[in-house]
Amino acid sequence: MVQIAMATGFILILMGLYGALTNHNILRIIVSFSVANTGVNIILVAVGYMHGRTAPILNEAVPVAEAAARIIDPVPQALVLTAIVIGLGITTLMLAFAYKLYERKGTLDISKFSELKW
Amino acid sequence: MNEMLMPAVTLLFAVAMIGAAFVAIQVKQISIAMLAAGLVSLLASVLFLFFAAPDVAMTEAAIGSGLTTFLFFFVLGRVRGGQRD
Amino acid sequence: MIKRVIVLLFLLGLGLLFIAFMQGYTPDSELNLTGRYYAEHTAQDIGATNIVTAIIVTYRGLDTIGEVTVLFLTAAIVGMLLSRGNRKGKSLQRELPQSGELLTTGSYLLVPLILLLGAYVFINGHLTPGGGFQGGAIVASAILLMLLTDPLRHFSHQLIAIVESISGLLFVIIGVLGLFYAGGFLDNRILPTGELGSLFSAGAIPVIYSLIGLKVGAEFSSMLVNLSETEDS
Repeated sequence: MVQIAMATGFILILMGLYGALTNHNILRIIVSFSVANTGVNIILVAVGYMHGRTAPILNEAVPVAEAAARIIDPVPQALVLTAIVIGLGITTLMLAFAYKLYERKGTLDISKFSELKW
Repeated sequence: MNEMLMPAVTLLFAVAMIGAAFVAIQVKQISIAMLAAGLVSLLASVLFLFFAAPDVAMTEAAIGSGLTTFLFFFVLGRVRGGQRD
Repeated sequence: MIKRVIVLLFLLGLGLLFIAFMQGYTPDSELNLTGRYYAEHTAQDIGATNIVTAIIVTYRGLDTIGEVTVLFLTAAIVGMLLSRGNRKGKSLQRELPQSGELLTTGSYLLVPLILLLGAYVFINGHLTPGGGFQGGAIVASAILLMLLTDPLRHFSHQLIAIVESISGLLFVIIGVLGLFYAGGFLDNRILPTGELGSLFSAGAIPVIYSLIGLKVGAEFSSMLVNLSETEDS
């Protein structure tokens, strides 16, 4: 189960990178990046999972004394939570720049932006 | 959940996510690509729930699939027209 | 297409690395040292039942300050990029179709409920799944619903900025108070930890997470409002 999820995450990363490198439309590049972002999050959560354990929340099912033997690793989850929030920030920033570029040039085709090309 | 059922359901979600990601990077209309990227996020949030990460599942559902998709559409609405794929 | 070949070769190499990683990966059967420490000490030291919240707000609270700072910078840069200089005088003159009766009436019913759910999620962050970031996103989605109902509605940027900066300031002040009255920066034990599992427990965590929720909600709202107020070009 962990292997399936990790393979999915890796495939999503590769597909997202492929889309980002081959598409010409800036908006599609951003969409591809967000797919790759989701793949990274899936891998991190899958690494933290341990078979037969439950979520890191103490309640009747997970008494405090047995917590270390019953819960999965909480650290990757905290990391992924941060990653998702920052991911939205990055996506918003990319979209704002894309809008600005469109305003400047009237197109979103990346091959038309050749000022810095050598 | 059942021991036998979990890998099968995970596999189902994995196939659905890869299919949606394929749509997101290959389909002609950008609006469908954006919706497909949102679908990948939504399926990922259900997967996080299977992996005993309810906090992450909530965040992904609210932020990754909700707000991100709407931000994409706000920008798409502004740049539509005069723009060929 | 030489370019496509190079891209495929690059991805092939990356894929081989991933496969090598997956073959060498064996899942842990025991918690590692850090995870074990958090699992064993959260209940006594922090008093929160949700260990992820305890890590985000207290053990790794400094990183969370950095995270909300990054979000603030993002919102500020988006506002700067999309500002139109002097927009006074020529207000938005877009011809928009009237939003339907169903959407308008539904939003009057739903917006208060969504705001209430957001507040519930970030106040109960130390007990149940959820917390400031999720609650903030839910609050921002209420703003989004209002934007969808009436795209020409004018949101007060000043109010958003005030909510955002006051909650950020209080967050840092509570952190500094921890330096004087408890173990260190952002220590949550400036308030009593209380009984495990009750609403008023875990010291300052509910207060801090509510402030984070307000701040994140204001930041997301400002991003949404800025992107929505851009004109058609």
